[in-house]
Amino acid sequence: MDVFLQTLVAGVLKGGLYALIGIGMTLIMGVMGIINLAHGQLMMLAMYVTFVLNTMGVDPYFSLFVAMPLLFLLGVGLQKFLLNPLIKADTILPENQVLMTVGIGMALTEIVRFGFTSDYKYITTTYSNETFFLGKISFSMALTIAFGIAIAFTVAMFFFLIKTDLGRSIRATAQDKDAATLMGVNTGRITVITFGLGSALVAAAGCLLAPVYYIFPDLGGPFTAKAFIITILGGLGSTVGAIFGGVTLGLAESMGATYFGMEYEDIIGLTIFVLVLLFLPGGFKRLTKV
Amino acid sequence: MAYFQVDKLVKYFGGLAAVNGVSFEVAQGEIFGLIGPNGSGKTTTFNMISGYHRPTSGKVFFQGREIHRLPTHKICHLGIGRTFQVVKPLGRMTVLDNVIAAAYSRVSTHHKAREEALRAIEFCGLMPVKDVLAKSLPIAGRKRLEITRAMATQPKLLLLDETAAGLNPTELVEAIDLIQKIRANGTTIIIIEHIMHVIMTISDRIHAINFGQTIAEGTPKKVAANQAVIEAYLGTDYA
Amino acid sequence: MKKNLLPILLLAVLAAVPLVLQDNYYLHLLILFLMWVVIGSAWNLIAGYTGQVSFGDAAFFGCGAYTAGLLATHFGVSTWWGLALGGFTAVAVGLPFGWICFRMRGAYFALATLALNEVLRHGATIAEGFTGGMVGILIMPSFVSKIPYYYIALALAAASLASLQWVVRSKPGYYFVSIREDQDAAESLGIDTHLYKMLSLAYAAFWTGMAGALYMNYMGFIDPHVVFNLHDISIMAILVGIVGGVGTVYGPAVGAFVMVTVQEMFRSGFFGLFKWLGAVSGSDSLVRVAAVLTQAHVLGFGLLVVVVILFLPNGIVGDWPKIRKRVFRLDAGA
Repeated sequence: MDVFLQTLVAGVLKGGLYALIGIGMTLIMGVMGIINLAHGQLMMLAMYVTFVLNTMGVDPYFSLFVAMPLLFLLGVGLQKFLLNPLIKADTILPENQVLMTVGIGMALTEIVRFGFTSDYKYITTTYSNETFFLGKISFSMALTIAFGIAIAFTVAMFFFLIKTDLGRSIRATAQDKDAATLMGVNTGRITVITFGLGSALVAAAGCLLAPVYYIFPDLGGPFTAKAFIITILGGLGSTVGAIFGGVTLGLAESMGATYFGMEYEDIIGLTIFVLVLLFLPGGFKRLTKV
Repeated sequence: MAYFQVDKLVKYFGGLAAVNGVSFEVAQGEIFGLIGPNGSGKTTTFNMISGYHRPTSGKVFFQGREIHRLPTHKICHLGIGRTFQVVKPLGRMTVLDNVIAAAYSRVSTHHKAREEALRAIEFCGLMPVKDVLAKSLPIAGRKRLEITRAMATQPKLLLLDETAAGLNPTELVEAIDLIQKIRANGTTIIIIEHIMHVIMTISDRIHAINFGQTIAEGTPKKVAANQAVIEAYLGTDYA
Repeated sequence: MKKNLLPILLLAVLAAVPLVLQDNYYLHLLILFLMWVVIGSAWNLIAGYTGQVSFGDAAFFGCGAYTAGLLATHFGVSTWWGLALGGFTAVAVGLPFGWICFRMRGAYFALATLALNEVLRHGATIAEGFTGGMVGILIMPSFVSKIPYYYIALALAAASLASLQWVVRSKPGYYFVSIREDQDAAESLGIDTHLYKMLSLAYAAFWTGMAGALYMNYMGFIDPHVVFNLHDISIMAILVGIVGGVGTVYGPAVGAFVMVTVQEMFRSGFFGLFKWLGAVSGSDSLVRVAAVLTQAHVLGFGLLVVVVILFLPNGIVGDWPKIRKRVFRLDAGA
């Protein structure tokens, strides 16, 4: 029972971070109708920002304030100069934008590899390995803080989307781009801002993950895969779905690692993906309709 | 049993009834008009007949056979062709290739498909633009391509969804001529149309719906005089 | 007939190559080129003609390669039987997969192919007892000389191009393009879009699997990372397809030529140019540039994806009028 509870806690804590990654992805998915296959690579970049700042003595949590704006700007630039020009181009393949994100992801990974080599980096803080106990269940200090911050960001994002004009414009664009344009929403600008926001959110996840994870250039790919499984699980474009998806994946991964073995962790995500495709095409969105 | 019959069709989208219990029968060789204000459920009815939507309840019969559970492509093979209100040209194919793709539903060799396609193009008067890319056609040409393509599948029943919308007066006359020519050829037609004088001129009978429900059916004259129809739909134009 | 003259002439020239050129290095590059013609054409049929973009061609490539390899190691079957069966294994994997994915429209298929490749890669790694796991499979090549492989690759490439041309000019070809252009319209014209997408996938999987089996035979070594590789197989296949020309019969052949050249350029440090320059000038930094360049091929691929999509989305063949206009300042005449 303790093992089960311990696994549950670990899964939920991880799930909070995954939700943050998933929300960024699903925002971009909703507004632009594409899966961003450079999502994990953007997170990897944020982790390196955190790493560099840490070598200068900056606390990982404080580097949120640097990495998020930086990645926001990068996202804005990518959308503006690389992705938006593709909308107008008359091409045969509808997936050109997705393919573009693949190219961006590859380039980001390799550029980082040039700068930092493929070696594993660590950020060690006083709380990296600290744990506290509730009953017999141990909580990783860093993951618990990360979970708290991730929840705070998620809630803030919700209020932003529901309460502010910009948030409403984003939701309108996601629902019907043409109608939003007719209502006077500058959808071009909205897509740029959304990609920026999505990048900033995944950057936050990167900063929060940095103290408890290895940092290496190739970690982008697996996290892109996770983000995309979360989004499929939650239903493409659904914010609430992304939270459910994130927590589900986090739980499934830690359950799998405990009861099947560590080497099955990656397979579990893929298995979920296949199961969703088979039995719940459309993801949780089909059930909740939000 | 009627040649074509729609029996108490109902379609819900979420909690909203787009079509709520529409029934009508169409006789062979008839031109049957379907009218109603925007959003009254006309196109949804077409989509259910041609298999794009499964009805929530109700049945569709064609030549005595239940067809409302069949997929779209099978319905085409049974002999029901359709055009789309929002035209769907196969943009990066030429007009001829568009129609050849349609003709392949009846024949399997390229030679025969091309022959059939050219016949349909000739019949519908698109010969001068047969080698033009479909996406570069003006709206009148695209509407006509919709009909040509549908004709190349050799339908016994043709569903026309607002083929006259957006046409200028000359093109309108041509469209009416074409529709009458298709009927003379032996094809039964169900037509959705907003332009009143078109539908009043060519229809043998008209069925009017509003909010997904039948409000009147009969000859054009009778429907045009119906109070419910005038209130719901013709109000500003005809009353 | 006149239209077919150029390809037949080209085929004759390629068939004559080993008579004059027996340098192993160039033969190796030509074999790779021919292999990529097969893969690129297959990708082009499903993506360029049918509009269902595959991001995971490596899955089918790997299926073919492992079929040949496993038959040889476990059953002692000649790898040439593997070549014949590789394509069918890929189809056997591809069809149920397509049956599931094609129920949904949009990007699902593209993403699912990516996932399929990951599943197979992990599967091949974990099933150590059967596949050799990370160690991979090593077989003795049947021939010492490269010339037999060259002719086999040439035959495969010619057959795949001929079959592609035949397919796109017959009923399925019209149906594939109709599905790409408008799925609803295609359905209304009596096209069973689900069935025809599956046929298109079967075709693509078959040829890609054949190419994979050829690779196993020719290289004599595979492991999960080599054949189920996102960059070197899946992305390369997409680049071959796009660079040459999406939705054109001979585009991928042009793309294969360009991309194999580019790949080799990176691998060899611009064909040893920098090394040579370094040696001539005695400058260490130039030698270091050469070393860096050989490691940069993934970066090069990534940037190439970005640039090609931005400026040549329809490829060299597809955007030829545009290229003529821009580069040679000639009017396209259209």
